[in-house]
Amino acid sequence: MIQIQNVHKSFGNIQALKGISLEIAEGELFGFIGPDGAGKTTLFRVLVSLLVPDEGKATVMDLDVVNDYKKLRTQLGYMPGRFSLYQDLTVEENLNFFAGIFKTTLKENYELIKPIYQQIEPFKKRRAGALSGGMKQKLALSCALIHKPKVLFLDEPTTGVDAVSRKEFWEMLQSLKKQGITIVVSTPYMEEAALCDRIALIQKGELLDIDKPQNIINRYSHFLYGIKAERMYDLVKILRENTHCNSAYLFGEYVHFSSNTELDMDKLKAELISTGMENVEVISLQANIEDSFMDLMAKTNNQA
Amino acid sequence: MKTILYIIQKEFLQIIRDRMMLPIIFVIPIFQLLILAHAATYEIKYVDMGIIDLDQSVESRALVQKFEASPFFRINARSFSLEKLSDEMQNSRIEQILYIPSDFGYQIEKNAPVKVQLITDAVDGAAAGVMNAYALNIIKEFNKDVLKEAQLLSLNRKIIETRPSYWYNPDLDYKTFMIPGILVLLVSIIGLFLSGLNIVKEKEIGTIEQLNVTPIKKHHFIIGKLTPFWFIAMFDLFFGLALAKFVFNIPIVGSVGLIIGVASIYLVLVLGIGLFISTLADTQQQAMFIAWFFVIIFILLSGLFTPVENMPDWAQAINIINPIAYFIDFMRMVMLKGARLVDVSYHIISISIYAILSISLATWRYKKVV
Repeated sequence: MIQIQNVHKSFGNIQALKGISLEIAEGELFGFIGPDGAGKTTLFRVLVSLLVPDEGKATVMDLDVVNDYKKLRTQLGYMPGRFSLYQDLTVEENLNFFAGIFKTTLKENYELIKPIYQQIEPFKKRRAGALSGGMKQKLALSCALIHKPKVLFLDEPTTGVDAVSRKEFWEMLQSLKKQGITIVVSTPYMEEAALCDRIALIQKGELLDIDKPQNIINRYSHFLYGIKAERMYDLVKILRENTHCNSAYLFGEYVHFSSNTELDMDKLKAELISTGMENVEVISLQANIEDSFMDLMAKTNNQA
Repeated sequence: MKTILYIIQKEFLQIIRDRMMLPIIFVIPIFQLLILAHAATYEIKYVDMGIIDLDQSVESRALVQKFEASPFFRINARSFSLEKLSDEMQNSRIEQILYIPSDFGYQIEKNAPVKVQLITDAVDGAAAGVMNAYALNIIKEFNKDVLKEAQLLSLNRKIIETRPSYWYNPDLDYKTFMIPGILVLLVSIIGLFLSGLNIVKEKEIGTIEQLNVTPIKKHHFIIGKLTPFWFIAMFDLFFGLALAKFVFNIPIVGSVGLIIGVASIYLVLVLGIGLFISTLADTQQQAMFIAWFFVIIFILLSGLFTPVENMPDWAQAINIINPIAYFIDFMRMVMLKGARLVDVSYHIISISIYAILSISLATWRYKKVV
């Protein structure tokens, strides 16, 4: 469905993409996970034919993103990271406009967007600018789907959207996937990674890993502990000086402390108390995607 | 074709939604015409004058009286001190000083040549010339009277008399001259700014990204974007012509059809430049500055306020690429002189070539990539 071969893109001195290669199969829900500035948006813009890569080649549905862009643009759906619909037009006018320029009508493809559009239909006379963040996302998704694309590119669709709307949004993506649409999505939220079929971890324009989320987690090779105490900031500092420390960072209410060897948790606790820490709690943890990502990131940085 | 209609429909919807748009379309033309037509004038209503009469004789008073009687002069200061009146001129309370020496009457009695001095505030050179001419006229009149009295000028002596005849604008009404130019200014500014800010706005709010991944063709996009503004500017031109005819009673001597025909080409030119600016700039602010830069230069060079013939050769040469100059000249020729198609064919050809160039440039520059 999508082939990316050694794609490079630079803006002046900044190398946004440093040789990205991967393949995405038809019907997949594929996620690009990475922090801001990792190159996700640049890669999306290359794939939707808005940017020409400096080097390398990318095809979407066997259409080259540079040479066959005209045909490609009729067949892909794209939702940019920034809300890009007309805020001064109503919900209905936005949909009709995008349907019109794709030479179709709202009626014709109503069935496809129905589950999404129905939720905002009561507000169809409202201007897009006056919609809430979650409704804006739904409208943008409806507009991206209006011409029945075979592949959908969603650049950080859930950034700045509340938790409930985010959950709903991912449910919508799952149902679209069932209709056979290939979906490529990017997100800075690690917990959304688990909802994808496969993910690519991207950082500083390079791919760190590509696999099913569970496989990436399984490859995590350290012993992981969650530690809590009164003064969390000092705790991180003390843990980083520990001889067994691989990494220690604050994650939610615990410090995630990883070690290359299995540790005696009681001993660790006693050690911490002896340094003056109070209310120390140590538990054993299963690694999640973020732990894997941090680990991969640290490894790449060490190599460099 | 249908795609173009969808874009036009969308643009019109956005124009109607924009609260500022209706005032821009209606209020700007009225204000520009009503205010500028009265403000942009070189007529001098009166001159503030200061008198230094060191003579105080019958003759000197007769001369001063002539100035007092003239509607063009207001005597604002009298003094025996040139220094004092110089101060008055320094702070702009008077614009001209008439200096009559103490032997004025005596010399006239003797039939000897006599001198008076005129000092004029010449900060504005053009105005100074006019003031000077007014004053000299009065002194000439006075001179004639003196000669008559002295019987030096016989009443039946033949004098060559010149009687000027002013064509096309018999009353020398400045408004008649200014309004065709202001009309051009109006449609140029409306067209240039509306189109110039348009694509930039789509860039700024990010909608261009969504639009660019659609299969819209370049020329569909450009035509769809231009058409609404073309209609708005055209409407303003009609509106302005009607104001000129019915409010200012400016005669429209030439063919209205010709004006409309050439205006429609001229607007394509202006909108093309606007869209071109739009493709260069990243923000509305940048577009605004670029547009202003061109508008100011083109207007000042165009001959709207000052005659092109008075400009240095290089400035006149720049006018070859000045669209506003062509159209102002065209409008004055057709509206006031009743020029026919053949008389303005040079203007029409230039505007047409320019229109093709600007649209091609805008289309070429507009890329459907980020």
